[in-house]
Amino acid sequence: MKVSVLQFPGTNCEYDTKYAFEKLGAEVNIIWHEETTLPEDTTLVVVPGGFSYGDYLRSGALAKFAPIMTAVKDYAANGGKVLGICNGFQILTETGLLPGALKRNDNLHFISKHHHLKIINNDNTFLSELNINDVVNIPVAHHDGNYFIDPDGLKELEANGQVLLRYCDKDGNNQVLNGSVEQIAGVCNKEKNVFGLMPHPERAMESLLGCDDGVKMLQGFFK
Amino acid sequence: MKAIINIALKNGVLDSQGKATHHTLDTQGFKEIVADVRVGKQIIMELNCNDAATAKDEATKMCEQLLANTVIEDYDITIEA
Repeated sequence: MKVSVLQFPGTNCEYDTKYAFEKLGAEVNIIWHEETTLPEDTTLVVVPGGFSYGDYLRSGALAKFAPIMTAVKDYAANGGKVLGICNGFQILTETGLLPGALKRNDNLHFISKHHHLKIINNDNTFLSELNINDVVNIPVAHHDGNYFIDPDGLKELEANGQVLLRYCDKDGNNQVLNGSVEQIAGVCNKEKNVFGLMPHPERAMESLLGCDDGVKMLQGFFK
Repeated sequence: MKAIINIALKNGVLDSQGKATHHTLDTQGFKEIVADVRVGKQIIMELNCNDAATAKDEATKMCEQLLANTVIEDYDITIEA
């Protein structure tokens, strides 16, 4: 397992992400945004959280034109697996690798806390180690996490099993967090090789630090 | 030429900032007069170009590629001499 974690100016979760995947046994390389190729034999590209380019213009909007993103688009087009977390999710929607867009949270607050998530579809690499309706407790930390997609797009997502996670309470009942359409917290593309979510599984890797539910999520990539 | 580009959330996409601003205007004595508030952004560009049609075409390309996210936003371009 060889993981390439991208690093843009303003990225701040690359080392947490490296720690998380190394803990699970992967070799992890941090790849500067000016690189034009990914390391050979990369088995997963992670676009980590942070504030790439200071969130200028829109979150993720400027990162999509970074040199490394051309390589990431080619990698994904050839079936390579890509995971975007938080700002990484925003970058992947801006790039067009994932459907929809992420707007400012409805209550206009930066939301930073643990939140429960319900597994909606597990017919994909990422969540294959979890069962449908399982509830995990994962930190969220975002200002622009309000997932938007138009009604036709939403129908398509649901029909294709592309909705990965919804915000919920500890018993699995849907719960409004940031105004996301249908409380969506994560989606994948139609081909199920590109994944994006606002919550941070890489921050939930040690029970000593409160919760290790992130292990169950990221483990899916090691199958 | 100068391009003045206004970008705002589409109709039907909830504008939380507009709503919050509207609410505060209501509390400041403008309840009767204010019907709706939308918050957007304006981008002003000086272009190395003397032809209004070219300026508009190029600005449109910029909006489509980068300046607006057309999933959630509309844009409007005004070209000035």
